[in-house]
Amino acid sequence: MRTPTITRAPARTFVAAAGAGALLLSLAACGGADEAVPGVSEDTITIGTHQPLTGPAAAGYSSISAATSAYFDYVNANGGVHGRQIEYIVKDDAYNPANTQTVVRELVQQDDVFAVVNGLGTPTHSSVLDFLNQNEVPDLFVSSGSTAWNDPEEYPYTFGYNADYHVEGSALGQYAADEHAGKSVCVLGQDDDYGETFLEGVQIALGEDGVTTYETYETSNQDVTAQIGAMQSAGCEVVMLATVNGFTALAVGTAAQMGFMPTWMAASAGGDYPTLVEFLGEDVAAQVLQGFTSVNYLPFSPDGEWVELFTEINDEYNGSAAFDGNTVFGMGVGYAFVEALEAAGEDPTRESLVEALESGEVVGNGIVPLAYSAENHSGYDAVGITLVDGGVQDFVGSTYRLEGESVTAIEPEQLPLDGNGIPTAE
Amino acid sequence: MTTPAQRRRAVLVRSAVCTLLAVGATFVLDSYANYQLATIAAIFCATAGLTLLVGLTGQLSLGHAVLMAAGGYGYALTAAPLADAGVEGVLRILGGLLGALLLAGAVGGLLGLAGARLRGPYLAGLTLALVIALPAISTQVPALGGAQGVGVPFEGVPDALGGVVSIEQWHAWVAVLVAALAVTPLALVRSGRSGLRMRAVHDDETAARLAGISPARVKTGAFVAGALAAGLGGGVLAVVTQNVSPGAYDLAFSLLLLVAVVVGGLGSIGGAAVGAVLVVLLPWLIDTAVAAVGLPSELEQRLSGNVAVLVFGALLIAVTVVWPGGLSHALGDRIRSLTTRFRPSRTVPQQLTER
Amino acid sequence: MDRIAFLLATGLARGLVIALFALSLVIIWRAARIVNFAQAAMAVVAVFVAFAVTALTDSFWLGLVAALVAGAVVGYAVERWLIRLVPARTPLPGMIVAIGLVMVLQAGIGIAFGPQHRPMAAPFSEQPFTVGGVPVLSPYDLFVLLVALGVVGGLALLFNGTTLGLQMRASAMAPEVSRLLGVRVPRMVTLGWMLSAAVASLAVLLLVPTELGLNAHSGDVLFVHAFTVAVLGGLDSPVGALVGGIVVGVLISLVTGFLGAGLAPIAVLALLTLVLLVRPGGIFAVKEARTA
Repeated sequence: MRTPTITRAPARTFVAAAGAGALLLSLAACGGADEAVPGVSEDTITIGTHQPLTGPAAAGYSSISAATSAYFDYVNANGGVHGRQIEYIVKDDAYNPANTQTVVRELVQQDDVFAVVNGLGTPTHSSVLDFLNQNEVPDLFVSSGSTAWNDPEEYPYTFGYNADYHVEGSALGQYAADEHAGKSVCVLGQDDDYGETFLEGVQIALGEDGVTTYETYETSNQDVTAQIGAMQSAGCEVVMLATVNGFTALAVGTAAQMGFMPTWMAASAGGDYPTLVEFLGEDVAAQVLQGFTSVNYLPFSPDGEWVELFTEINDEYNGSAAFDGNTVFGMGVGYAFVEALEAAGEDPTRESLVEALESGEVVGNGIVPLAYSAENHSGYDAVGITLVDGGVQDFVGSTYRLEGESVTAIEPEQLPLDGNGIPTAE
Repeated sequence: MTTPAQRRRAVLVRSAVCTLLAVGATFVLDSYANYQLATIAAIFCATAGLTLLVGLTGQLSLGHAVLMAAGGYGYALTAAPLADAGVEGVLRILGGLLGALLLAGAVGGLLGLAGARLRGPYLAGLTLALVIALPAISTQVPALGGAQGVGVPFEGVPDALGGVVSIEQWHAWVAVLVAALAVTPLALVRSGRSGLRMRAVHDDETAARLAGISPARVKTGAFVAGALAAGLGGGVLAVVTQNVSPGAYDLAFSLLLLVAVVVGGLGSIGGAAVGAVLVVLLPWLIDTAVAAVGLPSELEQRLSGNVAVLVFGALLIAVTVVWPGGLSHALGDRIRSLTTRFRPSRTVPQQLTER
Repeated sequence: MDRIAFLLATGLARGLVIALFALSLVIIWRAARIVNFAQAAMAVVAVFVAFAVTALTDSFWLGLVAALVAGAVVGYAVERWLIRLVPARTPLPGMIVAIGLVMVLQAGIGIAFGPQHRPMAAPFSEQPFTVGGVPVLSPYDLFVLLVALGVVGGLALLFNGTTLGLQMRASAMAPEVSRLLGVRVPRMVTLGWMLSAAVASLAVLLLVPTELGLNAHSGDVLFVHAFTVAVLGGLDSPVGALVGGIVVGVLISLVTGFLGAGLAPIAVLALLTLVLLVRPGGIFAVKEARTA
């Protein structure tokens, strides 16, 4: 099988595209057994993803793809999209970029997927950006808060989804300035892109010297006593956490043991209350997490209509697996993809899928609409502040949007649940 | 008994034949299979050196992944400036590979010096600590880019071949040719006097010293030779995957290289090839099988990835206990005839395997 | 000064667990002359058993006993049914089989139990005492210290003061001669494995309450640190393991505290390299044989 040489020169791209288009048309006209569009047949759409299902990183993320699969099962049971069932192939990369390379190539070249959806991880997905874009595979809803996915010039087929770490950091920074003015703010971050980008976000709101001290941790070392001790002696009153849930638990737990009780504010990747309770235990969590602040951009409110629907789907199609932030996230991604697929038309092609996203028709089910356009592939650009009170984590109403370098408080525009929770084409 | 000149010629002929076969195969294989072939060739560069290191000189290095990583980073750090300077195509690949050789050779030399002084478990421990420290090193040295790693300029198909050959095929060619370049010298070393010296040192250091061989120099030399080959392998992987990051060269990968050489047969170049094929294809086959069985998704999630590791572990144990010579002996005549030319005498394999 | 005292105390606490695990590596080296790369994985299996027992009986102490027993059983099983089959002329096949065992055990645990961390509660408070306003050791840390000292004392007594210990050491260093003198060598080796695995399980059991929880990879980092310690202290010396453990624990703590978490693995590597450059057999090693 020969694939045409990929090149960046516009003229040759046009010729190649025109040639490919002519070829596709002729194939379609012949009505041959070959699929004209990879991953799309008369009754199925095949998509794929790479996730860390095994290995040290799996503990926090392996439940996301199960939730997304459950949502797709629900949609399939209700007739699918334009009469097609969605087949979601989940491949394990153990959070190792070398494996990501292999499994993504398997998905594209062997499994002939229509699109890659919700590939997880910053180092892992960065390694396949070039491959996916060169092979013109729609790369939707990358599961990471990095700002690298919003580059329509370099990577036109890649779209982010998560509110990136600048958005989250600046929102928490601004909230701290509004609600805890005058208090000293510190940041504990993961020693990589996550921590650094989040810190930049906080500094957008509070200024270069708004952060008293920045401590880092490595995922390979579960002892954060030294870092907590440093923040305690620096007198931090507000501690922001660019952590994953496990390390939020470690930080908060260790601090409690040392008698250090600042106001905790965590990014969404490390702020999921049910998961933290799993780690700390009910009693400890009730004590140390009272007043715990975080951010979210999906309808996770425990008494909300979306959670009610998602719980039903989770019970019926996901074997009643543990319900937490990952479940809401996974199903949100499923919702957004179904929306995009509906908008791509009765006979979707990879181009029509990308066009559907860039047209801004796909809005998702979050606290603000997704604002994709030809210039903006970033995903959610606003987050709502959440608080834990009496063992319940919920939105408090304050919502912040980041536009360029300025953070503004806005009113949330949560999409209400309509009908059976399956987006329909307009 | 064959003469040294005959053995050398045999090695060269063998190498040429294998290379031609591999290049020819790329025309028949599809894109994904070509990618797998390129990966296998890159890993073969590393396993060939490792099998000599462990099999001939008895030094257990758990950090061979770091040598490949050094090659990868060396390639990336050289190719990027070359790309900025406007150098294209094959020239840039060659420049990058030179960078790979330099960095890998330097790291290998340092490791070799350590290897010369340290015995068995101490060397293993040092290389283990090195592998664990790699992510931290990549974060502390800004040029190495931390967990994200370093991007590698994309090597497209050269204009002369454009349209005839696909990307994956081109990359497979580069990989196979580089592998031939890396492994042939190792095969020559193995079947020549240096190989004899290595075995002498492994057998009995004191006696070797009395015979005028310097164990330190031989051991260091083995390390450096293996490192250069592994470095080339790392450079090839950088070309094929356009990315070098520490996550790709972790402890699990080092152990996988070890599995490859043990199962293939310690000390045997053919075995190193078999091992490289095994560690690339077996996980893929297992994943396909598990997916085909169609289990409930939670169970499938737990199995995916884990089953391959389980099988490799079991293979490692089984091969060491039942077939100490590895697959290259267990599979009998067919394999033996392919690999006979690498061995100067038929009795040598028995001694190797009993180690 | 406060900062240093705090970091030293933390380092001591962490280092003790590393030392305990390193002690298990010393036991197996003295008893069988191998480095058991599968030590951590075997210990994790035993701690899963302990976890199940604690969950059933709500008692940490029963879990502790279960860990020791399960560890001994695993050590027995591995030695009797696996290691005996391995050609032992050089240490290489033994190391390779151990690595294979790690892969099998970790994958097996992953398949059976999934990737989640299972939190374990500590039997004593983990809230540190404060001395002059500086948080130092917690009751739990003191408990670990007592256990570590107890094990070192017990081992010293066993190896140097009892016939059994002498027989075990003899079996490892000169198996043929020992056999001639009537020592049941295979039994000694098995005993060594059982003892080593039990101590390793104890170390992992004491580690888990201070971390996120138990899962297949719980012992990985501990093994690397403990191996560093054992090499530093010389695989022959229990005292070396104890001292080395504390040194490594303190080093990691100081480096993390003053230079940042990212430099800690590099510091460990640097320390290891430095020591091995000067003393290739470890600090406390005894020269075994003269070479030409």
